[in-house]
Amino acid sequence: MMTEALSHATAQPASQPEKLSAREIHKSFGAIEVLKGVSLTAHTGDVIAMIGSSGSGKSTFLRCLNLLEKPNKGSIALGGETLALAPNSKGELVATDAKALQRYRSRIAMVFQQFNLWAHMTALDNVIEAPMQVLKLSRAEAVERAERYLDRVGVGHRKTYYPGHLSGGEQQRVAIARALAMEPEVMLFDEPTSALDPELVGEVLRVMRVLAEEGRTMIVVTHEMSFAREVSNKVVFLHKGQIEEAGDPRQVLTRPSSERLQQFLSNTLK
Amino acid sequence: MIDWPIIIEALPEFFQGLKITLILLAISMSAGFVLALPLAIARVSPNPWLSRPVWVYTYVFRGTPLLVQLFMIYYGLAQFEWVRETAAWYLLKSAWFCAWLAFVLNTTAYTTEIFAGALRTTPPGELEAARSLGMSTVQIYMRILVPSALRRALPQYGNEVVMMMHATAIASAVSLVELTRVARDVYTNTLMPVEAFGTVAVFYFVLTFSMVGVFKLLERRFLVHLRPRRSQTDPGLVPNVH
Repeated sequence: MMTEALSHATAQPASQPEKLSAREIHKSFGAIEVLKGVSLTAHTGDVIAMIGSSGSGKSTFLRCLNLLEKPNKGSIALGGETLALAPNSKGELVATDAKALQRYRSRIAMVFQQFNLWAHMTALDNVIEAPMQVLKLSRAEAVERAERYLDRVGVGHRKTYYPGHLSGGEQQRVAIARALAMEPEVMLFDEPTSALDPELVGEVLRVMRVLAEEGRTMIVVTHEMSFAREVSNKVVFLHKGQIEEAGDPRQVLTRPSSERLQQFLSNTLK
Repeated sequence: MIDWPIIIEALPEFFQGLKITLILLAISMSAGFVLALPLAIARVSPNPWLSRPVWVYTYVFRGTPLLVQLFMIYYGLAQFEWVRETAAWYLLKSAWFCAWLAFVLNTTAYTTEIFAGALRTTPPGELEAARSLGMSTVQIYMRILVPSALRRALPQYGNEVVMMMHATAIASAVSLVELTRVARDVYTNTLMPVEAFGTVAVFYFVLTFSMVGVFKLLERRFLVHLRPRRSQTDPGLVPNVH
């Protein structure tokens, strides 16, 4: 069972300021309670790997962090600022101020399993869109920024391509550039390599490793145990909507104290 | 044998008819397009107060023949005393206005369903991505939903334009002298059906395939992202070294 010490899974000793913190997130789909009070705090520079079997609630939790999924209970704060939430008629929490939600989301970028690039726009247009629309950058500034990030993730030569003409790995790197172009304070990755052919996984993980080394604050839902072990500074194991075990990856992944995590790790290809 | 002099003599009238056909088509389609877009957005709305009335409208107008709709507007409305007393009567007396109104109501119904279908097939992930980046609902509609849906609707919309072009022949029933009416007049005057209707068929044929060609060009321009990328001379497929 979850111990008291683990109920608030906090990484590093509080040397860094709290960046994103979620408290007691509950989420139900109909009668099924998918999240039973999950709390997580990411400090600046944290790379948190969230692992767990499918159905454990890890993707749902990540999607609650930017309100793509509406939690039923809980609170979320970014940089110490709590996002104002109030229940709607279905008992789900929604932002009380749409503008505040948009500002909040613009500071947290998400990378999706299915890339979710806008198919009718070229790679460059995908990356300049939100900086121009949301951050109100001029076209020239946005293009300059987009080209910089597309180059950084190694797809600068593909900027005039449409997503449908790119490989999965290239699409995901464009999606990462699109997230980076917002210069977000926190980046959320929702199983970013799960939809990729095995030979394309490496190129995306390499980009993510570089981002981690730059000191970016990242929360990564992943099945890639090597990434969790080598890149993250904290691993959170979710089981049936609760944090079962959390802590330093060397500790958690090599000497798991929970039986379920031991089982999970032995079933996972390393 | 075909009596060519009859055709040549009637050609100026046919071209005049062509002009009327094209004007009718242009004013009907442009109004239909402008109306169909907001209606389609309402049609796919989760709010039944928005979607239901549009649903009723499109089913009524797609479920009845255009000719019947035109007669209802042109002859039917005149039956009511109170209609004749309103200011709208000034417009409803005009065959042009009635033809335009019937065509707009009809094509808007079809176009609304075409656009609504395209809006519904927008991948939900693309909308989530837009929301996750902090885009507002209006921005998502203007920048993601509508542009991508209109592109996907293009082939079907092209068909609708061609169908509407053929349907303009119905305007001849309320005395507008468009292509088909010209052909009937020529036939009445000469009693040469092949010369009259054969000529008009050629006009429609050329018109149809010009439009199909225009839409093919538009598709090439706006749907590149759905087509396989051309290979060989494509620099993108040369392995890049760096």
